[in-house]
Amino acid sequence: MTPDIIYSGAGMVVFAMGLYGVIASAHILRKLVAINIMGIGVFMLLIATAHHDTLIDPVPHAMVLTGIVVAVAGTALCLWLAVVIRGLEHDAASHPSQ
Amino acid sequence: MSPMLFVDGLLASGAIALALLSLNAREVFTSIVLFVCLGLLATLIWARLGAWDVAIAEAAIGAGLTGALLLAARHRLREPTSRDDTPAARRPHVS
Amino acid sequence: MFREMSPSFTDTHASTLPRVARVLVASVITAGGAALLLATLRTDKAPPELAVLVSEQLATSGVENPVTAVLLNFRSYDTLLEIAVLLIVAIAMQPHASSQPRIVAPSTNNESATNLVLTSLLRWLIPLSVLVGGYLLWTGAYAPGGAFQAGAVLAAAGVALALTERYQFGWQSAGAQWLISAGLAIFIATGIVSGMVTGTFLQYPVTYAATLILVVEIAATVSIAAILLQLFTRLARADVTSPHTSGASS
Repeated sequence: MTPDIIYSGAGMVVFAMGLYGVIASAHILRKLVAINIMGIGVFMLLIATAHHDTLIDPVPHAMVLTGIVVAVAGTALCLWLAVVIRGLEHDAASHPSQ
Repeated sequence: MSPMLFVDGLLASGAIALALLSLNAREVFTSIVLFVCLGLLATLIWARLGAWDVAIAEAAIGAGLTGALLLAARHRLREPTSRDDTPAARRPHVS
Repeated sequence: MFREMSPSFTDTHASTLPRVARVLVASVITAGGAALLLATLRTDKAPPELAVLVSEQLATSGVENPVTAVLLNFRSYDTLLEIAVLLIVAIAMQPHASSQPRIVAPSTNNESATNLVLTSLLRWLIPLSVLVGGYLLWTGAYAPGGAFQAGAVLAAAGVALALTERYQFGWQSAGAQWLISAGLAIFIATGIVSGMVTGTFLQYPVTYAATLILVVEIAATVSIAAILLQLFTRLARADVTSPHTSGASS
C-alpha cells in the first residue's frame, strides 16, 4: 500500500509545479516543458492507482500509454505552430507594406 | 519493506526535485535537458510500479522523442530568420 | 497581466509576470495543490474491479498480455481515436510542395558534414533497432511490448538516421502517404469486417482475435513510426521540401 501513497502524492506535487510553470513562464518552450511535466504528474497518479498489492490493473496502464503518445503529438503540433507563427511575425516585420 | 521504502522515497523526491530544477532553469536548453532526465526517472518509477509497457513507451517517446522535438524547435526559434536559404539553415541541427 | 501571459519565442528568462501576480498564482496553486494532495492521500483505494474483469475475460481477447488486450481489444476505440489524432497532427504538419518520388533520398546539400563516429555507430544501431522493434511488436501478445513501443523504437532509429544529415525524407511521396495512413485505414477496415461478422463495430470474433490484433498492430506500428519520424524531420528540417519552403510558407 505504501508505494501507491508516495507516488500519488509526488504525482500531485509534480502536477501543481507544472501548472505554475505553464502560467508563470514566458517562453513557449518553457510552457510546453511545463505542460509535459504536468502530464508526468497525472501519469504518476494513474500508475500509482493501478498498483495493488496482489495484482496490477492494466486499464490505467493502457490509458497512460495512449496519453504518452497523444502528449507527444500535441507537443509536436504546438512546436510546429510556434515555428510557423514566428516565421510569419518575421515576415510581417521585414515587409511592413504587405 | 524498509529498503524498498527508501528507494520509493528517493525516486519520488528525485522526480519532484528534477521538475523543480527544470522549471527554474536559467537557460531553456537546461530546462529541456532536465525534463529529459525527469522522463528517464519516470521510466524507473513506472518499472518500480510494475508498468513495464508504459516504461518502454516512456523511455522511447517521453524521454527520447519529446526531448529531440523540443531541442529541434529551440534551434528553429533561435535562428535569425525562419526562411533563411543558406546551407547551414537546411541542416537538421538538434543542439 | 494577460498580455504578459502570452507566450514569447525569444527571451530566455523565466517569467515576465509582475511579482505580485507571480506570488498570487503561486499561492493559489499551492492551496489547490495541497487540497489535491490531501484528497489523494485520504481517499481509500477503489477495489480493482476492472483488473478482475480483464483477467476474467483475457482468454477471449486473443492475446496474453493484459495491457495489449485492453488496448487492442477491450478498449480499441481509444486506440483507434489515438491513431486518428496522430494522423491529424501528421496532416497538419504536411509539407505542400510538389510530390517527391522517394521516401528516403540521399542528402544533396552537404557531403562534408559526415560524422564518422555517428555513421559507423548507426551501421550497428539501425539494424538492431529494427530487430528490437520487430521483437517488441511480436512479443506484445505475451509480454510487455506492443505497437506503440515498437513504433517508438523504429521512429527513434529514423531520428538517429536523420541526425547523420546524409539522408532526407520525402513525406510527399506516395509511399510515405501510404505509410502514414495505413494504420488508421487497416484499423477501420478490420473494425468494419469484424463488425459485419459479430454485429458490433470493432468487436472481434474470438477465434480470429489473435490474427486480427496482429494485423492491426503491424499496420499501427508502421504508421506510428512514420508519423513520429515525420514530426521530428519536419521540425528539424531533415526532409526534402525544407530547402524550398521553410518556416512560415510550409
